[in-house]
Amino acid sequence: MQQAKIDKITLIRELQKTMERKSSRKRKIDKLVTVLAIAGVCLAIIPLGSILFEVIKNGASAISIEFLIERPGALASGKGGIAPAIQGTLITVGLGSIIAAPIGVLAGIYLSEFAGTGPFPHAVRFFNDVLTGLPSIVLGIVGYIVVVLSLGSFSVWAGAFALSIIMIPIVVRVTEESLKVVPNSIREAGYSLGISKWKITIFITLKSALSGVLTGIVLGISRIAGETAPLIMTILGTSLFFTSFNEPVDALPLRIWRLASQPYESAHSQGWGAALILILIVMSFSIALRLLAMRRGYKVSSVM
Amino acid sequence: MNNKEDAGLKLKENVEEEAAISGLPGISEPAKTAREELRYRFKLSIKNLNAWFGKKKALQDVSLDIIENSVTAFIGPSGCGKTTLIRCLNRMHEMTPGASASGKVIMDGMDIYNEKIDPVTIKRRIGMVFQKPNPFPTMSIYDNVAAGLKLNGIKDKKLIDYIVRESLEGAVLWDEVKDELAKPGMGLSGGQQQRLCIARALAMQPEILLMDEPTSALDPIASSKIEELVYNLKRDLTVVIVTHNMQQAARVSDYTAFMYLGELIEFGETKQIFENPRKELTERYISGKFG
Repeated sequence: MQQAKIDKITLIRELQKTMERKSSRKRKIDKLVTVLAIAGVCLAIIPLGSILFEVIKNGASAISIEFLIERPGALASGKGGIAPAIQGTLITVGLGSIIAAPIGVLAGIYLSEFAGTGPFPHAVRFFNDVLTGLPSIVLGIVGYIVVVLSLGSFSVWAGAFALSIIMIPIVVRVTEESLKVVPNSIREAGYSLGISKWKITIFITLKSALSGVLTGIVLGISRIAGETAPLIMTILGTSLFFTSFNEPVDALPLRIWRLASQPYESAHSQGWGAALILILIVMSFSIALRLLAMRRGYKVSSVM
Repeated sequence: MNNKEDAGLKLKENVEEEAAISGLPGISEPAKTAREELRYRFKLSIKNLNAWFGKKKALQDVSLDIIENSVTAFIGPSGCGKTTLIRCLNRMHEMTPGASASGKVIMDGMDIYNEKIDPVTIKRRIGMVFQKPNPFPTMSIYDNVAAGLKLNGIKDKKLIDYIVRESLEGAVLWDEVKDELAKPGMGLSGGQQQRLCIARALAMQPEILLMDEPTSALDPIASSKIEELVYNLKRDLTVVIVTHNMQQAARVSDYTAFMYLGELIEFGETKQIFENPRKELTERYISGKFG
């Protein structure tokens, strides 16, 4: 008995010593991982910061009241503004997200709350992921064939159609994921009160996941606001103001592309200005939505 | 249920009606006076209930009667099926993917497993409180209590106000929260959250309240508050409580069912179960020899 006790004490000492040695090594590894993580963050921020810096440096001088409210002037003159492009972006992206957000949210609700497991929801998820990865130019061609050719004209409808197809899979995915995070006990609490399933889904589950769903919508809108390729094939671009949903319209990414491909210094400067405006629009939209959500007590995670 | 005499007359009628409808023997024990019958009115009769998770059987032919205005406790070691049993009583069990149940659960002469009965409406009459407090995360204290009414189509604001207050009083939470009804329910302490969940269930004016280990996530003081509350609730409704805490069962319940491996081993008055169990298995569990 005595012998066993002594043995145990030595054993414990031995164990503690070994663990002590190991833990000093662990502390070093901890530090190393922290340093690596910080380095990763820096590497990610440098390009972002330099892009913002470059855009502001080159673009700020181009911005004036005239730049914001007037039609483009002659290309080499450096006169005129990008008002039709701002207007066109707001209209096309607005229409696109009005189409995409409800469809995406409903599809996400279906996948998370109603689909269960089976081949059909599995296939929906798979094709949704494929759709997320499709090059946007392909969706532009689809928009061209489906809407432009059948309506006989480049139009806002065609642009909104193409953009909404880009946005839907993003919203579907994020909605599904954020609904799945809502603990099942919350749904059960709803069932235990004799509330019907659709009401639980809308008023309890979706409400609990609203911050995530809003994040998904903001993410989608930010993404389509910067799309260029599908717009070339659908809204075409013009230097005129918006007249009708059946006519071509301008958009900021198109205008930036057009200005940047000119040989004139003044056009380049206007291009930088337009890029800055685009960034500001997306940013202010994201901030506005977050403030609105915060006022109502929801948290929206950062997407910008 | 203040006037026992009045209630007694009504209840006696109900008993006869119930027996006529469901073919129940009503009160089977012989030579009971009307007054004794009153004490033994069954609120829920569970008949040959079986339950499965996929192919795994979780309940084995359970039959037992739950007496009105009493507290019935289900006890037994982990995995014995007590939670499955209580979840069968408001048809919550079958909400779990792959889970199923068969048998009869008769409430006031009506089999809640009847095909014609909508499981949603059953849950309005049989409330439930869960193991972990689960207030609705985005709702205020007031809205948490009002949610069941509002989402079931009640719009009368004054009525909702009244019921919210009454339910919070019933859950002994009113005095603590009356000045902060607009604050989020998640901001309360664990014990308060659980009482909020009880208030939320009471707001639906249930006839039966099922409580699935309601104090297992709470500290002793919060637990004793809930126990006290359970004791008072039985004046107005029938309470079924699952607990893994035998002392708690002994303190709060009038009747106790001991379960083991999905089977009901023994059911009787709490005093009898704890002091004079008939089955050896019960005796061994009660005295802490296993479990």
